[in-house]
Amino acid sequence: MGYRLGVDVGGTFTDLLLFNDETGQFWRTKTPSTPHDSSEGILNGVNAICEDADVKASEIEYFLHGTTVATNAVLEGKGAKVGLITTEGYRDIMQIARSFVPGGLAAWIIWPKPQPLAALEDTVTVKERMGADGEEVRPLDEASVTTAIEYLKKQGVEAVTVSLMNAYTNGAHESRIGEMVAAEMPDVPYSLSHEVLPEMQEYERTLTTVANAAVRPVVSNYVSSLRAKLADAGMAGRFSLLRSDGGLMSSQKAEEHPVNILMSGPAGGVTGAVWVAKNAGLKNILTLDVGGTSTDVALIEKLEPRRVRTTEVGHLSVRASSLDVKTVGAGGGSIAYVPELTGALRVGPQSAGAVPGPVAYGKGGEEPTVTDANVVLGYLPENLLGGSFQLDREGAKKSVQKIADALGIDLMAAARGIIDIVNENMFGALRMISVQQGYDPRHFALMGFGGAGPLHVNAVARLMGSWPAVSPVSPGVLCALGDATTRMRTETARSFSRLATTTDASELIAILKEMADQTRAELLSDGVAEEDLTSEFEIDVRYAGQAFEVPLTITPEVLERDGIDGILARFDEEHHRLFTFNMDTPHEIVNLRAVAMGQSLNLPAAELPKGNGDPSDAKIRDHKLWMDGAEQDGAIYDRAKLKQGDVINGPAVIVEMDSTTLIETGCVGEVDAVGNILINLAEGQ
Amino acid sequence: MPATIIETNDTPFKKIDIDPVTLDIIENALRNARIEMDATLVRTAMSPGIREQGDAFPLIADHTGKMIVGQFGSFIDGFLRLYDGTLEDGDMIFLSDPYSCDGAVSHNNDWLILLPIFKDGRLIAYTAMFGHQSDIGGKVVGSMPIDAKSIFEEGVRIPPVKIWKKGEYNEDLMKLVMHQTRKPDWCQADLNAIIASCRVAARRVIEMADRFGDDVYVSATQELLARNHRAMKTLIGQAIGEEPVSFEDYICDDGIGAGPYKIKCTMRREGEKVILDFEGTDPQSGASINFLLNENMFKMFFGIYMIMVFDPQILFNDGFYDLIEVRIPEGSLLKPKFPAALSGRTHALGRIFDILGGLLGQKTPEFLNAAGFSSSPHLFYSGNDKNGDWFQLFQIGFGGIPGRPLGDGPDGHSLWPGFTNVPNEFLERYFPLRIERYETAQDSGGAGLHRGGNGIHLTYRFLAGGTISIHDDRWFVPPWGVNGGEPGKRARKILEKADGTSTIVANKVEEITVAEGDQLHFVTWGGGGWGNPLERDPEMVALEIRQGLVSVDGAREYGVVMASDGTVDQSATSSLRADMASKIVETDSPFNFGPDIETLRANCLEETGLPAPIQPGHIAA
Repeated sequence: MGYRLGVDVGGTFTDLLLFNDETGQFWRTKTPSTPHDSSEGILNGVNAICEDADVKASEIEYFLHGTTVATNAVLEGKGAKVGLITTEGYRDIMQIARSFVPGGLAAWIIWPKPQPLAALEDTVTVKERMGADGEEVRPLDEASVTTAIEYLKKQGVEAVTVSLMNAYTNGAHESRIGEMVAAEMPDVPYSLSHEVLPEMQEYERTLTTVANAAVRPVVSNYVSSLRAKLADAGMAGRFSLLRSDGGLMSSQKAEEHPVNILMSGPAGGVTGAVWVAKNAGLKNILTLDVGGTSTDVALIEKLEPRRVRTTEVGHLSVRASSLDVKTVGAGGGSIAYVPELTGALRVGPQSAGAVPGPVAYGKGGEEPTVTDANVVLGYLPENLLGGSFQLDREGAKKSVQKIADALGIDLMAAARGIIDIVNENMFGALRMISVQQGYDPRHFALMGFGGAGPLHVNAVARLMGSWPAVSPVSPGVLCALGDATTRMRTETARSFSRLATTTDASELIAILKEMADQTRAELLSDGVAEEDLTSEFEIDVRYAGQAFEVPLTITPEVLERDGIDGILARFDEEHHRLFTFNMDTPHEIVNLRAVAMGQSLNLPAAELPKGNGDPSDAKIRDHKLWMDGAEQDGAIYDRAKLKQGDVINGPAVIVEMDSTTLIETGCVGEVDAVGNILINLAEGQ
Repeated sequence: MPATIIETNDTPFKKIDIDPVTLDIIENALRNARIEMDATLVRTAMSPGIREQGDAFPLIADHTGKMIVGQFGSFIDGFLRLYDGTLEDGDMIFLSDPYSCDGAVSHNNDWLILLPIFKDGRLIAYTAMFGHQSDIGGKVVGSMPIDAKSIFEEGVRIPPVKIWKKGEYNEDLMKLVMHQTRKPDWCQADLNAIIASCRVAARRVIEMADRFGDDVYVSATQELLARNHRAMKTLIGQAIGEEPVSFEDYICDDGIGAGPYKIKCTMRREGEKVILDFEGTDPQSGASINFLLNENMFKMFFGIYMIMVFDPQILFNDGFYDLIEVRIPEGSLLKPKFPAALSGRTHALGRIFDILGGLLGQKTPEFLNAAGFSSSPHLFYSGNDKNGDWFQLFQIGFGGIPGRPLGDGPDGHSLWPGFTNVPNEFLERYFPLRIERYETAQDSGGAGLHRGGNGIHLTYRFLAGGTISIHDDRWFVPPWGVNGGEPGKRARKILEKADGTSTIVANKVEEITVAEGDQLHFVTWGGGGWGNPLERDPEMVALEIRQGLVSVDGAREYGVVMASDGTVDQSATSSLRADMASKIVETDSPFNFGPDIETLRANCLEETGLPAPIQPGHIAA
């Protein structure tokens, strides 16, 4: 018998989920996060959950962790002081940042330019040059390197990165500089761009290398301190972190390549959704993770989440694979307002955050938020389960009344207006990842999680035509569940940039094989058994001249069988699906990646006791809520008491420890065998 | 004869009262559709100009042709007035001739697709997009001959024609057009991308009308226009006075020896209406720097600037057009007479934005920005590589964003939305080039409490013989500073031959021969400074010296003296600042234009290495 512990540290709460991987039984707990040192909160949670489950820490085989420690280091500028060595003539590479000004015409007037991640005063150049063909144009002038290193020493940098022009074709100069840095600054870690990201595009490669170096000390400190504390608590299992791409990596690898865990947080929810979908018998899922200030959405097709080649953190776009998660500034704390000049109703992106929070929380908030509108409408009942948290409905009403007055409509219409607008914003984000990528949302279910996802999932599913709307089991700790149920993964990438017509299939296969061996060796060294390993290739193809590549996933067997023509046929099909046309232009094979994965876990879910379809036993009380332009009679249910097969007619509210599910009028929720609530339109709707 | 719109369903749209929430939802959905247009374009376009620089502009308009979302405003009413033909379901219009669409596009390189959207037999909306084509034939590579005497020298000129007619594709037409260009592959891909974007928007509009009902959708677009009208009316009343204010700026030269060309605009409010009058603008040029400025487009620029400067919350659309009247004298640089050449219009188009900034901020200096990177300098490089294969490159330059009320201007950035540089490793991989230097030009940003952004010093080393052409500006008339800030440094180009000799390259030139190993230093101008440089924190100046953005000499413009150990010499700084402060002449004008035109002319050769341009009008057109 083995236990897997998933741990997700959020801004307010640390969620833990302990999973018995034979029975599927699980325990969950939430403890307050301890931002000064997250490991404290984690340890508190570990003790609590072990006690609850009557399990010893030493029985936990896997400690699996999603963390925002790297994300926050970037967002808050708390990364290491990074020195950057680049090619003569390129000192301002991070300062110029590809000259990009976000926003529309004249947006430069109001754009606050962020500071580069490696400060310009800590950036130096050396004399050398490689050509685009990998040939040396000018040899490395080692005297200039010595001068550069001396300068960076004086600047007191905590990490050194080397990123030279065309190093992706030939890393010899970078390697030599690395040796010199190691000799002169033995205590300072260094990283080389051709090792971190052997791909074309100097700015993106440099940024990725710098980002990796900037977050490394923070991540390393965090991981080693947590590892020590867990050991003290008696835990002897494997310690892995969740990558931005939804796979797991050993904590040691994460310390070396923290750029891969920049979006570890949001990835947890998506991998959790995959597990839930499997158990609910669903294959295609859109996810809706609604938090306090923002909402994350993602697309899962045939139980595989879509991945992208970049990780977006704040204003930075780093070249590391991540799940294709889009974020909109719309969440429970989003503030509603009516600008005087236009008289329009706007919701977000400003948020009341955790402090002061929505008016209904009674912590001093005064501006009406989405949560307040939910409270006013009766979607969030005043007495949450346990009664420890009382909502101030009168205060919420007063604040939403301001909106009603400004718009000249009544209170309830204003409250529902706020909800409609915020739902519309979520709808917009979901369209970007579905319709715009050529997917028909009607072939997908919509799963809402995070604190407020299950409140909005029914309404958004209606907009999308994505049924059923799913309120998964334990929606509040789905990230931790995802941490606990996903598998090991690693990848390596390199530029190829050749026309398909001049590419020899056997040569391509040889390169990919070499890359595959590298990734397999990495997972083997992390303790994954040889027989559990699978490999995949990803090949980025485009029409020569395009900037946008289409990544194609291919197994070694298929590549051997269909060769390059097989890849190109796949590309044409995908291009047509995305953009509705094909061209006669030759194909270019742009980048190659090899992915190695550990065993896909077939973790069972625990079944609920069977019911008779009637949820009366779980009913707490009757309840009035406002919907479809009128007050409606509904009921409130206790989720913990629902049985499989229970059918709940909307309008209804289902409450649990940390989340609330809303079933709208004209809709019906059914509890599946493992406790997910699947909401569909009622017959005749 | 105006266009004839053929609808098979003559039921008029019913006006329906729209609740504010539905209205906001429809506006939001339209905005999302427009974002989708951009995304589709960037992913499928092929020329670096559209791909990396996003040099393409989408819009979605209502059934009468007024823009609801987009950024260049709608030209559709002008098009409808001039188009002598029918518009019906299944039609798609393709055009590039500025003179046959009232300047909706302003040179032949911009290819425009206009798609009327029909639903159940009724015209319910329009969508359109235009994008810059890298080459459309004509006498020079890139199709923008600066010395063109008429538009007939500027490549293929497409009047409004139907690329799709009642659902049928006109293949012969496209064969004919593509036969004219040196880069049919790019043109075809970019045109496909533009069409795909318009089709995406059309699908979204029809979905929206299905969702809300056709009458609700159409009524909502009308209410969105009305809402914008009300907001702008209030804003205009608050921000613009009845007393006229004028502002003038210049295009440095026309590439055939004349310059600078003055663009002058006078703004005043009459009741609720703003009058923008370009009286005093110089006559049209005999070369191609003319800019056929569409009045509606200028209204939109004006509206966007108003909004960005005073209240960025407002979403703009065409609703406020009747609050603004634009007057442009016939035969002037901004309304040249057919068949004047137009291909080099980019400088006047860019300069318009400096003029808007100067006009709007003049009475409210706290909102005023200095002169920015108000153009898109071009470099063309073409020839045959070592394998004998033809190559041609069109690159846009970046420069200094000006000092702003918000703070310093970013170094080496773009005035245009969404533009990015082409990665140098990409250029080196696909063109016979090495980019030896890609840094900001030290000291080029104007000194100020908020420093103007530095321009870029870009050094191309050509690895194959060929020809280059350059269209640049701001080499003669400096980018001005405001509120006590200094002007930025002007642009310059130096060709360094493989044998070590250097020559200054003129500002707008065609087809200079370059040999393998030659280097071109393309140095763009800096943004003007904002506020008194003597008030800038000396430690910030010292930091920027360590960063290489400012030199020790350049620091003296801020009254900052550096000690030999790299720290600020406090006492020398105090006394230099006191001395400089005592010499500041108080003026009423918030602008610092630098020397007057005559002084610039007198010192031109000495300061720039180039002869001074001659007053326009002295050269026969």
